[in-house]
Amino acid sequence: MKKLILPVILYSLTGQAQVLGPNISGNIETTFQYLQEDTIIGANQPAEKTVFNSYALVNYENKGFKGGVRIESYLPHVLGYPERFNGTGLGYRYVGYKHDLVEFTAGNFFDQFGSGMIFRSYEQRQLGIDNAMDGLQLKLTPMPGLSIKGIYGRMRYSFNSGLENDPGLVRGFDAEIDFSSFMGLLDSSKFKMTIGGSFISKYQKATHPDYNMPQNVGSYGGRIDMKYGKFFLGAEYISKENDPSFDNGYIYNNGHGALINFGYSQKGLGIILQAKSIDNMSYRLDPNATLTDLNISFMPALTNTHSYNLAASLYPYATQPNGEVAFQADVIYKIPKGTKIGGKYGTLISVNFATAYRPVRHTSDINLLDSSRVTYKTGLFDKSDSLFYRDFNIEIQRKLNKDWKINVKYFHFDFNNAVNVVTKDAVGIVSSHIAVIETQYKINKKHSLRWELQGLWTSKANRDQGDWATLLVEYSISPRFFFAFMDQWNYGNPQEKLRIHYLFGSAGYIMGASRITLSYGKQRAGIFCIGGVCRPVPATNGLTVSFTSSF
Amino acid sequence: MKKLLFLLPIAALAFYSFNPDDDDKTGKKLPSVNIKDMAGNSLNTSDVSNDGNPIIISFWATWCKPCKLELNTIAEVYDDWQEETGVKLVAVSVDDQKTTKMVEPYVNSTGWDYDIWMDVNWDFKRALGVNFVPHTFLLDGEGTIVYSHNNFVLGDEDKLYEHVLETAGK
Repeated sequence: MKKLILPVILYSLTGQAQVLGPNISGNIETTFQYLQEDTIIGANQPAEKTVFNSYALVNYENKGFKGGVRIESYLPHVLGYPERFNGTGLGYRYVGYKHDLVEFTAGNFFDQFGSGMIFRSYEQRQLGIDNAMDGLQLKLTPMPGLSIKGIYGRMRYSFNSGLENDPGLVRGFDAEIDFSSFMGLLDSSKFKMTIGGSFISKYQKATHPDYNMPQNVGSYGGRIDMKYGKFFLGAEYISKENDPSFDNGYIYNNGHGALINFGYSQKGLGIILQAKSIDNMSYRLDPNATLTDLNISFMPALTNTHSYNLAASLYPYATQPNGEVAFQADVIYKIPKGTKIGGKYGTLISVNFATAYRPVRHTSDINLLDSSRVTYKTGLFDKSDSLFYRDFNIEIQRKLNKDWKINVKYFHFDFNNAVNVVTKDAVGIVSSHIAVIETQYKINKKHSLRWELQGLWTSKANRDQGDWATLLVEYSISPRFFFAFMDQWNYGNPQEKLRIHYLFGSAGYIMGASRITLSYGKQRAGIFCIGGVCRPVPATNGLTVSFTSSF
Repeated sequence: MKKLLFLLPIAALAFYSFNPDDDDKTGKKLPSVNIKDMAGNSLNTSDVSNDGNPIIISFWATWCKPCKLELNTIAEVYDDWQEETGVKLVAVSVDDQKTTKMVEPYVNSTGWDYDIWMDVNWDFKRALGVNFVPHTFLLDGEGTIVYSHNNFVLGDEDKLYEHVLETAGK
């Protein structure tokens, strides 16, 4: 009889969910790969031959209470993840309560202050990034328009049959005033303004044989955001105390980060201008950490996030936390529909320019032999002529008629491989041109066909891996199936034996909020980026089955 | 027999998860999360309402091509949809700090007539169990989730609208 109790409870739970108030939500995501050895592209087969990552998240919410868990598996981990990830267990758990004025989360939580330049804990599973906090998060709204947040806890570092935190501590608070609802100051005004201030302090158990490492390192700053009609203007400034680390070569300089955004938009036109100045802003809970581990601060590159394969994967730029001065301009213009140039449906033109330079480091009045280990001076937006990165791209999108759509895009990249190392085959600046044509054809109500043709050509001066062509064909049957085939061909590689076709086929079946995808083929070693964060992944050759479902 | 009884709830769970019509009959509502809209106003996601008419919640990002295809495709017929069913679409941007400033210029230049929410810290995305964008939910007049779909290909908008019509009782 006892054996019957569990199924009965489960059965009644599934039945009752329709009647009662509590909300249960979550998802599962699983990746299984069978890998083959491929010596030409350098793909390895692990001893187990198969790899398996799995994540199941369940959230529960009822009358202000909330709680949740995530069970993770790395059996063993998918290639490209940190070696230390292993086993199955609890990777994330929290409980909390929310009321109009107070909200707390105990256990694991994700949060960010301002733009995240001072603090951001987040999960980017596809990139193997998860620096979840483990402690307490408190959010207070003592009066309308005023919000105060406090955080205190450890930070996730690893996973070995369960969550493993770094022994250090991250603590801080953030306050924000929104004047459009604060004390009725800008109640009905077209002018809106928000100001905020943040403070973060880390405690680290770090030692170094030569240097006296600080145990507590603070970082603080403020921000302002304004809006008037079609315009917006925002700025944030963060200052960091001396924080000798592996990243900065164990120097004792203070650091700074500044970010300015200006935008204008109306129907048919959007403009954004951004500027960023970063110096010595790597801020990790363990100063000896590397790669994507234990970052407290989040400093994304000031560039477009490209989605066409060749543009996204070969020369992607990542922010240089040790110092950069960067600018970006982005303009979107829609030629109105019904005009001669705009056509029946209008034509969308997007132009983007992004660039980053090395900041100037003044050393003339610095005595490198003194004991301070302050090795240079620099200022806000103090840029040199030494180029880190330049990206110009223009895209034209047009719907030709009811069934046909066409996109044309051109990119020019100048990528400094000495600063941001993505290839072993080039030294210094690699220049490349990329052209893309994409067409979409709606065959009938359910069937559609999409193809992309992409080419990438590197300059003669610095060939790197030479020229590439990519063909992608995708056939989909709404709402259930898709089939895709990709050939990435390195036809212009200076080494003839490396002029390889990377063939990749994929098919998927979609059931509402669930999807199963089967893929087979070769994938290039390279930088894998999602939403603008990048991680190097090794070459793989084999079968991948992935399953994702939300409930 | 006992083993069979044990299988029953698993079969029931499987049925709820993989119902071939994509209908979501678990009676789930939107979780309560505080986020901001594009104009910067704070709001609670569980307070969303549309005078008893259906609501579409669509997760997207400026870097996600199928998301923009979905929202641009619906934009062409949105006036008709609204007229016929009173449906409202809320487009929830999951752009993080790298691209979140691009949202307003993009939305305004394309002329979308949607409500835009900014889920910069992914609190709403996590609370609703969304793994990947695009992910679209349909809520009935009482705010109960009645349909959801992950992914977008051309033609999916017709399927969605069939459900909108059904939900609106048309």
